[in-house]
Amino acid sequence: MTIEELNKIRAAKHDLVVVRKLIAEQAAEMEKKTGYRKQVLVCGGTGCTSSGSKKVIDALESELKKQGLEKEILVVKTGCFGLCALGPIMIVYPEGAFYAQATPEGVVRVVNEHLKNGKICTDLLYQETVHTDGSIISLNETPFYKKQLRIALQNCGVISPEDIEEYIALDGYQALYKVLTQMKPEEVIQEMLDSGLRGRGGAGFPTGRKWAFARASESDIKYVCCNADEGDPGAFMDRSILEGDPHSVIEAMAIAGYTIGAKQGYIYVRAEYPVAVERLRIALRQAREYGFLGENIFGTNFCFDIEIRLGAGAFVCGEETALMTSIEGHRGEPHPRPPFPAVKGLFGKPTVLNNVETLSNIPKIIYRGAKWYSQYGTATSKGTKVFALGGKITNVGLVEIPMGTTLREIVEEIGGGIPGGKKFKAAQTGGPSGGCIPACHIDTPIDYESLTALGSMMGSGGMIIMDEDTCMVDIAKFYLEFTVDESCGKCTPCRIGTRRLLQFLDKIVSGNGEMEDLEKIEELANHMKSSSLCALGQSAPNPVLSTMKYFRDEYIAHIADKSCPAGVCKDLLYYEINAGLCKGCTLCARNCPVNAISGTVKHPHVIDREKCIKCGLCVRNCKFGAIEKK
Amino acid sequence: MTETSASAFKGTLAQERQLKEAIARHADQPGGLMPVLQEAQDIYGYLPIEVQRMVAEGLNISLSEVYGVATFYSQFSLKPKGEHRISVCLGTACYVKGSDKILEAVEQKLGIKNGECTEDGLFSIDSCRCVGACGLAPVMMVDDDVYGKLTPQEVGPILDTYLNKKGGGKK
Repeated sequence: MTIEELNKIRAAKHDLVVVRKLIAEQAAEMEKKTGYRKQVLVCGGTGCTSSGSKKVIDALESELKKQGLEKEILVVKTGCFGLCALGPIMIVYPEGAFYAQATPEGVVRVVNEHLKNGKICTDLLYQETVHTDGSIISLNETPFYKKQLRIALQNCGVISPEDIEEYIALDGYQALYKVLTQMKPEEVIQEMLDSGLRGRGGAGFPTGRKWAFARASESDIKYVCCNADEGDPGAFMDRSILEGDPHSVIEAMAIAGYTIGAKQGYIYVRAEYPVAVERLRIALRQAREYGFLGENIFGTNFCFDIEIRLGAGAFVCGEETALMTSIEGHRGEPHPRPPFPAVKGLFGKPTVLNNVETLSNIPKIIYRGAKWYSQYGTATSKGTKVFALGGKITNVGLVEIPMGTTLREIVEEIGGGIPGGKKFKAAQTGGPSGGCIPACHIDTPIDYESLTALGSMMGSGGMIIMDEDTCMVDIAKFYLEFTVDESCGKCTPCRIGTRRLLQFLDKIVSGNGEMEDLEKIEELANHMKSSSLCALGQSAPNPVLSTMKYFRDEYIAHIADKSCPAGVCKDLLYYEINAGLCKGCTLCARNCPVNAISGTVKHPHVIDREKCIKCGLCVRNCKFGAIEKK
Repeated sequence: MTETSASAFKGTLAQERQLKEAIARHADQPGGLMPVLQEAQDIYGYLPIEVQRMVAEGLNISLSEVYGVATFYSQFSLKPKGEHRISVCLGTACYVKGSDKILEAVEQKLGIKNGECTEDGLFSIDSCRCVGACGLAPVMMVDDDVYGKLTPQEVGPILDTYLNKKGGGKK
């Protein structure tokens, strides 16, 4: 591969791809040059696949064929658009018509009415993109996308991740060419430092410094690793990047290899991400074919290749030393630092380990310059952060915002607020290592320092929104159950500490808590923070401590009043049928999933408390308001 | 109805040959044990002691090391799984939307607990942490089918369709 060949591919594919980034009027011009009358982009990410995008693509392709349109209309399977709640998602260009919750039946209509006859099926569109007069609003003008700034996700939902030439069309592999031919490793490090990029895996260590340490370590063999073992339950940023733009990670790893002097890279990715693994495999194969991996890349003497290793479901392997131990084929247990991986890492050699999102920023920083990147963000946290927005929020999905955006903007504007008119209670960030940000701090601008100051952390990007129906004690207990499961057992403070903390919480939610338990929890938590071997144990008490800090009243309600204010903790509540209101319609009994309700027609029914799983279904079904939660 | 006994190992020669090929492919690779165990689990569906022993001999490492790795990672199972594998997501996004109640409904319906397999070998239940379909929370997977936005009362009818697919089985 030479730069001339690279530029030739870019020029050839540029119009085809760039049309998807323009607004409709301009796109209409471009469309003539691409050879296709229209392009249909369908999300093939895990979220949309789960909601049936494969059936949609099949229906689309077969209907296009039936109508003889397959040569005029290009179907592209992309990565995540971000708005997972509305999946399967389908966008038609040049109009930019955004079809939400597409079905095979709906697709047949779109083909016949829109693609064939040019009449957009307005009723099937995402309604936020439709004006009252029926015209289309650009997707970038909708509340969900307006405040977002896509750098790491720049190509996700735009290009086909299985076609390297579409990546090249949007300046792919130009950054690699630039570093190999025009920059010394020290200059790359300086560029990274100037950009202010910090690790997006959670801790926020400056990437440039990490690379500088690894470069300074003397060794004939060094490694570059990519941490794609996204373990935070409810977070899917890294998966979406791998599914939507795998080449950005590959290009960044090659840049890192050149900078520190490594020839071999490893991507450690969760086996639970089959789509991401498959796309990575395809991307690696194409990168080798085109000469971006292998010997003498761009005719220089730089050689680099990448191997995939599958994780096997251990949260602790997200910790850097544990991850490397796992790649070595052992139990993924962490070990004390120093020595840091930059000195003694994988197979005992100096190693740089970066997270997926961190890496995907790097080609853009190199290509467009540190100055361009550092214009975004706050004084200490530059650039953007991707969050997986989930829980009690209307627009569940993937969002990328400039650092410094407030939580309120994320929840109320981008996220579209809490469904069902409920009240926002807290946002949880940092997963099992993080904490909750309560409603009173909703105007906090988000960056590394502000979240840490609130007792939470940036984390890898999971953001779970909770409303008034979420019990904070129960959530703390949920995270502790997770860390008890996932503690590797190597060090005592974490192995025993997490279990003891969970016992305290079990005691509290079952109505047996005592006030002095709260002090004991704090004492134990502080010991764990100071004496655990790795970040898993050191941060495991955070969910408990932060909920105790902001929602102490809920803990006290569980302990002193033996009640759960949110009505979640089962031992503290039960359901009862008010015999005076019950008409004996039998609706509740017929729909009870565990047959806990009995009675004869037209006579008051009763709930068997032994059998009842307190799912609350009967309450929602009852037309007479006869069932009470107590 | 299928007759699967949890105790007896019933590996075939064909499976053994596949395993040996996998071992040969990874034997010289640094850190090859994990990929070998992953392939072994694909071949046999689980990792009984007999399979672990073959892996240990093939890679020339101790059985205790193989056992140590096989028991460390949640992906590896030492017990056989059901013909239909039910996986209820207990990731945070699903949990705040009530996935614990989905799991309870599955347990009630089948009369077994999380991590167990029904006596007839038809179903096994596991909980998992995030299948990545947070937009559909709460989510349950049966084999490769994803069921989203579930309520506890939908669980029974969904599982019934798998019983009917077999044409046998009791309720």
